[in-house]
Amino acid sequence: MKNFHTLKAGEEILLSGTIYTARDQAHKRLVAAIKNSSRLPIELKNAVIYYCGPTKKPKGRVIGSCGPTTSSRMDEFTPLLLKRGLRGMIGKGARSAEVRDALKKYKGVYFVTYAGCGALLSRHVIKAKTIAYADLGPEAICKLEVKDFPLIVAIDASGRSIYGQD
Amino acid sequence: MKEIKAKEITQAVVELVRQANFSLRSDILSVLRTAYKAEACKQARKNIKAILDNAAIAKKNSLAICQDTGMPVVFVQLGTGVKISGDLKAAINKGIGEGYRKYYLRNSVIKDPLSRGKPGFSPCIMHSDIVNGDKVKLTLLPKGFGCENKSQLKMFKPTVEIGEIKKFIVEAVKSAGPDACPPYFIGVGIGGTADYSAVLAKKALLTRLTVKNSKLEQDLLREINKTCIGPMGLGGKTTALAVKVKKYSTHIAGLPVSVNISCHALRSASVTL
Repeated sequence: MKNFHTLKAGEEILLSGTIYTARDQAHKRLVAAIKNSSRLPIELKNAVIYYCGPTKKPKGRVIGSCGPTTSSRMDEFTPLLLKRGLRGMIGKGARSAEVRDALKKYKGVYFVTYAGCGALLSRHVIKAKTIAYADLGPEAICKLEVKDFPLIVAIDASGRSIYGQD
Repeated sequence: MKEIKAKEITQAVVELVRQANFSLRSDILSVLRTAYKAEACKQARKNIKAILDNAAIAKKNSLAICQDTGMPVVFVQLGTGVKISGDLKAAINKGIGEGYRKYYLRNSVIKDPLSRGKPGFSPCIMHSDIVNGDKVKLTLLPKGFGCENKSQLKMFKPTVEIGEIKKFIVEAVKSAGPDACPPYFIGVGIGGTADYSAVLAKKALLTRLTVKNSKLEQDLLREINKTCIGPMGLGGKTTALAVKVKKYSTHIAGLPVSVNISCHALRSASVTL
């Protein structure tokens, strides 16, 4: 993850390491916590957030189906998280001009992965643990250990996008 | 009069939950395979391959095809010759809750749209039609919200040219762009009232893909695929896999048109009791 800034839009990588799930309500809470100077439940510096709300964990499995959700709903919260050190995001679909500018400014990367393929992606998760906002159910923050998680660089740290927006 | 117990309804719904969430319909798999063969773009082929692999993994391991197991939408066709002993609506919602719990699906439904709160499994959305006969047909469509969020409704003037309507539908797909898991299935409802056109658009998604396309459906599919949004929004000629249109009579003063987009994971299952 140290080398994220050298990745180019369109490049495909397999990610192994720690990522955190967070989607709509968790983003709202994280941003509120930053604004109130409260303690955050995760260290944002160099972190990777995955926009994902998995299904419930079936018996004998690490996690249920766990594909990405639409990233643009998180756009309004993203620049502040990048400012606080967030390094990468994984989701699906396009982002706003503000997010692209913030990625460039703070040297972050936005990835997309196979959307609507949550069963396939669950095979790349080797550990999963809910670590914050458990009351949000599927929207809780989970710490995931992933192995060879397939990603495409959608917007790189220079602000270049595979979706071709200017 | 044929009698069906509420308990039988609940059991049938539990089974529909399993089928719809774990197994893609054969007609959906068939158009995906055809698109895989026809697609020339490498990235698009890779994505369609992942979709097909995902469907196989989900079915084999009893895993949800997509983690967004949707807002459950249940269509009920109730024959007038059937007597349900018990509470039909409660029986359906019970089946949804039991099924979603039993198969470890996602609790995505919140009680109050404004105060939000902790998500659960029900209530589902229910559309019922009264029909002749002594049978009950139940259809479950678990509708993911990535694509539901891209729905559109427009009240056209009755004098509108068909080209304007087509343009509206194609623009709805363009505005969904790469966000709602393309390649899409497009349901279109034309006519009725504002609310009814939206129901028609959703019902259109249930049309079997083996049913021959109308000229309008063919034209729309061709136009949509010219956008080259492609699988995952990364280009290719497969932006939509099918367009299905349902029409109904309307008023002299208007022409409602609704578009309901489904992601590639169009999931539904039916049973007749």
